[in-house]
Amino acid sequence: MTNATITLTVDGRQIETRPGQTILEATEAAGVYVPRLCWMKGLLPFGSCRVCTVRVNGRPQAACTQPVAPGMVIENDTEELRALRRDLIDMLFVEGNHFCMFCEKSGNCELQALAYRFGIAAPGYPFLFPQRALDASHPGIFLDRNRCVLCARCVRASRELDGKTVFGFAGRGAGRRIAVNGEDLAHTDAEATDRAVAACPTGSLLVKRIGYAVPVGRRRYDQEPIGSDIEPAAAGR
Amino acid sequence: MTTTAEQAAAAICAEHGDDRTRLLDILLAVQRRHGRLDDGIIDALAARLGIPRVDVAGVVSFYSFLGDEPRGRIVIRLCNDVPDLMVGADKVAEGLEEELGIRFGETTPDGRFTLEWASCIGMSDQAPAALFNDVVVPNLGPGAARRLVRELKLHPEVADLRRLIVREYGDGKNSHDLVRAAVKNNIRRPGEVILADMAHGAGLRKALAMSPAEVIREVKTARLRGRGGAGFPTGMKWEFTRAGDAGQRYLVCNADEGEPGTFKDRVVLTERPDLLFEGMTIAGYAIGASRGLLYLRGEYAYLREYLEHVLSERRGQGLLGEGVCGKAGFDFDIRIQLGAGAYVCGEESALISSCEGLRGDPKNRPPFPAQRGYLGRPTSVNNVETLCCVPRILEMGSGWFASLGSRKSTGTKLLSVSGDCTRRGVYEVPLGTRLRAVLEMCGADEPVAVQVGGPSGQMVGPADFEREICFDDLATGGALVVFGAGRDPLAIASQYLAFFIHESCGYCTPCRVGNVLLKERLDRIRAGRGEAADLDYLQTLGQTVKAASRCGLGQTSPNPVLSTLRSFRSAYEALLVTPAGGAQPGFDLEGRLAEAKALTGRGSVHFGS
Repeated sequence: MTNATITLTVDGRQIETRPGQTILEATEAAGVYVPRLCWMKGLLPFGSCRVCTVRVNGRPQAACTQPVAPGMVIENDTEELRALRRDLIDMLFVEGNHFCMFCEKSGNCELQALAYRFGIAAPGYPFLFPQRALDASHPGIFLDRNRCVLCARCVRASRELDGKTVFGFAGRGAGRRIAVNGEDLAHTDAEATDRAVAACPTGSLLVKRIGYAVPVGRRRYDQEPIGSDIEPAAAGR
Repeated sequence: MTTTAEQAAAAICAEHGDDRTRLLDILLAVQRRHGRLDDGIIDALAARLGIPRVDVAGVVSFYSFLGDEPRGRIVIRLCNDVPDLMVGADKVAEGLEEELGIRFGETTPDGRFTLEWASCIGMSDQAPAALFNDVVVPNLGPGAARRLVRELKLHPEVADLRRLIVREYGDGKNSHDLVRAAVKNNIRRPGEVILADMAHGAGLRKALAMSPAEVIREVKTARLRGRGGAGFPTGMKWEFTRAGDAGQRYLVCNADEGEPGTFKDRVVLTERPDLLFEGMTIAGYAIGASRGLLYLRGEYAYLREYLEHVLSERRGQGLLGEGVCGKAGFDFDIRIQLGAGAYVCGEESALISSCEGLRGDPKNRPPFPAQRGYLGRPTSVNNVETLCCVPRILEMGSGWFASLGSRKSTGTKLLSVSGDCTRRGVYEVPLGTRLRAVLEMCGADEPVAVQVGGPSGQMVGPADFEREICFDDLATGGALVVFGAGRDPLAIASQYLAFFIHESCGYCTPCRVGNVLLKERLDRIRAGRGEAADLDYLQTLGQTVKAASRCGLGQTSPNPVLSTLRSFRSAYEALLVTPAGGAQPGFDLEGRLAEAKALTGRGSVHFGS
């Protein structure tokens, strides 16, 4: 390791960082929140949700997969990018079937929290109302694809953290979906304690029989907006 | 699954060295034998190759030509690209459906025929066209389609489908014993570089007399840029690859021309395979690769045997293998990787995924293929046409090449011309040629619009006909689809969006969802329920998809909408309605009531019928 530092400019502010980091890691270390959904600490970056899109020297790039380089001029919290991120979050809502008021994940859901942070009360796009399969076969885990955002956090966590291959992808395009390594979830080696289950940012993977242990209203993002842990100033929004 | 099926699958794995990176070849072979890749076979393959079942199933469900549903012994894939629809592919479809008594997507009860739609199969100049398994049937009118199917019904044996179907061979090597295709080359204008008369071998001999660095310098001096569409400088790509890790490097030729309306690589593969393999060999020498791959799109499987034959001849002549042309220390050979029906695999990192036996999802960059590509090794991916320019540059000199075309866009460009014109086919023109000149050459009679560069390019109107075909103006991978009077630019844009929706890998949000939303709003406008604000909606949404998408597919997929909004705005405006009394024109009342009406069996009490 060298002690070389790299200087970036983020929204006009200079940030010191190290080679080998991604823009997302570098900004986070400097207390700048770049909104993200598919990214999760401890997993290899995937770059599917595109919510962390920033402009690097004018070009759009996903902050989670783009390594830092000396002199990068990065736009993050601009009106254009806020609108773009709002649109992407909107898309994730309308392509699935999300009913926050009936979802056990409400208040802990990162998709919902992003919507709140971005001031989305109702989607600007028409709902697509897809028909998606629910898998309740497993004694300890629900897989509800209606709430899936295809972030691959379960896929990656299963492989990278649990040492299993419970999840994968099937299909392509709008038909892309989470698949399991067996006839259904019950016919896999998935366990409710798997890191893959906890990795889900939405209510797509839920552990059975522990519903509403923490009442709605007292959950994580009921207390503070998403990103507040990185960017304390955001708490006041 | 029967034990026999399991054994056969195992045998096919063994033939491929039980190499999991050859999964695509294995799946194609197993499916050819069994007609389907069901759960039992997937389990057997996963166990044998030591990969998770979910990953095998993931590959099967990704590619159009693979599937777990039983398919008929003859799969008829009718091309639904725009040029095909323009000449009545829908009527052909009706004929096929009636004759077989099934709908598209279905298989006859006797398990003999399956009907499917295919995205562009590279025959736009001889549309409507279909694939009957691997056999291409061009110029397939509704009557001919019915007759053909009726005849096939009389022959339960399909061992040599080609012999049953192909009555007359096309020109040139289409009549070669190993091709025997009805396909026509339609070479309308040979140019100086690729379709010129030439002797093979001089370029390779000259290259091998130089150092790899000198070869790269020559290609850079010629200012050769990639012909696939992106226009990246070829010499620079090779330099980056050469600068990658020492050890095994790879040269991959992208022969996955899937851009609707493009077919020039098909003609090159048929008529200039030696030029291509020579170019691949020189590229291999330049980047320090001993292995090359030709990624041949599944739609061109009918050329495979012939191309294998050309490769084996070259091996016999010492042009491939150990010590190419007697050059000690330079070993190079080429393997053909067949695709399985996925446009996105034309994107270089998706193509590499596909070569590795994975789903055709593009990879995150960096690392770029030049750093970590095929099997994690430095890889250069170059287009067929680009590689064909290379031996000519070496043979004739970079100065000669740079003297063709314009200053920033040197050389010639192969164009695939189709649509409303009298001389459809392949044209090799100097870069910098005006669009109008090409339209005159191909006999386009007062066209109202031209799709330049396929759906990922742009649709232009007469105001743009004086523009030049080159990297800095009208950039194109080579497709030109001409639209005459009476064609509806918005209907065409909608068909192109349907194509992108079908071909998106679905990895990233904007491409997976945004294209569906674009089409919804465009179709709403076309149905006469659009308002002025919808044009801004389309513009903004299109720009979001372009900016936020992860690969070239999504970054260009809104172009049918964005370019028609620019060139044919009046066509949109003519369809807009002004909301009266606060009503929402976008709300389809009748459509929303349809289900309730069907359930109750009566009309609405409050809302008319």
